[in-house]
Amino acid sequence: MARGNGKEVVIEVRDVVVGFGDHIVLDHVNLDVYRGEILGFVGGSGAGKSVLMRTIIGLLPKRGGTIKVFGYDMGAVSDSDRNAVERRWGVLFQQGALFSSLTVRENLQFPVREYLNLSQRLLDELAVAKLEMVGLDSSVLEKFPSELSGGMTKRVALARALALDPEIVFLDEPTSGLDPIGAGDFDSLIATLQRTLGLTVFMVTHDLDSLHTVCDRIAVLADGKVIAAGTMETMLASTHPWLHAYFHGKRSRVGQAADTGAHALAPG
Amino acid sequence: MSVETLLEGTADGQRLRLAGVGAWTADNARRLENEINGTVRRYADVKHVAIDMEQVERLDTFGAWLLERLVRGFSKRGCDTQVTGLKENYRPLVEEVHSVKLDEGPPRRPNRIIYALASVGQNIVAVGGSFAAFVNMMGALAVALMRVAVNPRRLRLTSLIHQLDNVAWRGVPIILLITFLVGCIIAQQGIFHFRKFGADIYVVDMVGILVLRELGVLIVCIMVAGRSGSAYTAEIGSMKMREEIDALRTMGFDPIEVLILPRILALIVGVPILAFLGSMAALYGGGLVAWLYGGIDPDIFLSRLREAISLDTFKVGMIKAPFMALVIGVVASIEGLAVKGSAESLGLQTTASVVESIFLVIVLDGFFAIFFASIGM
Repeated sequence: MARGNGKEVVIEVRDVVVGFGDHIVLDHVNLDVYRGEILGFVGGSGAGKSVLMRTIIGLLPKRGGTIKVFGYDMGAVSDSDRNAVERRWGVLFQQGALFSSLTVRENLQFPVREYLNLSQRLLDELAVAKLEMVGLDSSVLEKFPSELSGGMTKRVALARALALDPEIVFLDEPTSGLDPIGAGDFDSLIATLQRTLGLTVFMVTHDLDSLHTVCDRIAVLADGKVIAAGTMETMLASTHPWLHAYFHGKRSRVGQAADTGAHALAPG
Repeated sequence: MSVETLLEGTADGQRLRLAGVGAWTADNARRLENEINGTVRRYADVKHVAIDMEQVERLDTFGAWLLERLVRGFSKRGCDTQVTGLKENYRPLVEEVHSVKLDEGPPRRPNRIIYALASVGQNIVAVGGSFAAFVNMMGALAVALMRVAVNPRRLRLTSLIHQLDNVAWRGVPIILLITFLVGCIIAQQGIFHFRKFGADIYVVDMVGILVLRELGVLIVCIMVAGRSGSAYTAEIGSMKMREEIDALRTMGFDPIEVLILPRILALIVGVPILAFLGSMAALYGGGLVAWLYGGIDPDIFLSRLREAISLDTFKVGMIKAPFMALVIGVVASIEGLAVKGSAESLGLQTTASVVESIFLVIVLDGFFAIFFASIGM
């Protein structure tokens, strides 16, 4: 398996090109995700963040380049290897994508039942355990997704993404649509789970607070390329105009600190 | 797959030493569960349990939970239980699982007999409810229609034309084909059986009256309920799911006027046209079969048809068409608005819409038969 800086690379994206018709969304994108880190993936609306995520997990076809996950070239794997890799990742979709005709319990048990042959008792107990891990309790077990609030939907969807104990979780805007308190809770939940389960987290987000508090590294997508990848300090120090506008804008911590005349958090 | 044990136990009087071995992960969960349940049952009279996790190579949530179940199984009997040798990186996970509270969920199903009786009662209430919904929708439609009549510019003409295109124009080929085939089949069956009595020619009477009075309009309505009624329910239902209908309301629009009135008007205009075309296609099919299979010359068929049917026969069929269209449209709209959040509910309501509207169309046809008979048409 490839290694960079002494850390194991679990997702390796090389020269990936994705387009729709004449419109090229991703133009020779390169990106590495290391084991055990939380990578925040940012970019303007419509820049193709979700497109890259969906390409990595195989929902969109690519026109060129290679994507390796756990060292398997996803463009050339056999079906059984692909299945094995798919078992090792979990995906949290932006709207949750819970199965609307199944209860929360059935939603959580669905992937487990499909891949593993477990007793009903163990399935039921694990459903409760996963729910408690994401900060809910067994009172929501028999509810249908349409009866859940936005925050609960995200939590149940996260529990489902974690149902098979994946090594990588992909999160597509996990905090969008949550209030700041809920979003903060969700961030710390992700950080806790990452520590307890040793997860690698690939998080598409717009939430500057999430980037500050939980992300180990940040990758920035603009003009169809990853223009920067590194820690928050690197981002703040960058002189790229888009990066500067993003991390020093009115809504950023640096921007707000400057507005109120308080001490700046980082050098400009 | 290897079959070595994942949990080894050595009992020493009231002391039990357990040692976990290998990978305590999802793939081994089934085996591990059996071993753990067996262990808890086998060593029923121990007082002290020490669980050594030193040799467990990998541990995930499944394994951590089963370890927790093992600990809880012994603790519940009053044993004191100790877990040792757990690798440092697995400690948070085990602690997390340790805090999980299991409580017995609500009972899944009440008494069978009560359940059956309750569902009968609920169904009866639901039938009453759908009757009320029907009357309610007719009222709302009448109000919307009045508003449009007072101020005709409120009529959504674009929407009406678009719906007419969907309902009537695009439905013509399939409806012509099906009614044509039905006409053919009736004529063939008629000739085949009437021939035994030498009464071949009466097949013309049968085809003419049956098609114009009943079958033409009925088959067209069943087709329209399946084609357009289901589409209306699905469209309105998914708009309901995506809160589009709520959005209309908050902007001060009446969804009945904006969405439902144009659709129902399109049906009321479109279905009689389709019924007319369908009846003609069925007569054509009947005539063709009578000629090719029964040897009845087209000239004879036409002159016999002229004697067999009157304008009344035709009117009876055509008068029914707009009423049936109204029923289909109203049922489709009610079911569409009744859709709740889930994809399953959309499917259920669409099915209900088609089944109910076909049922009501046939019931309505029965009432019309009594009505026309009593006024002598």
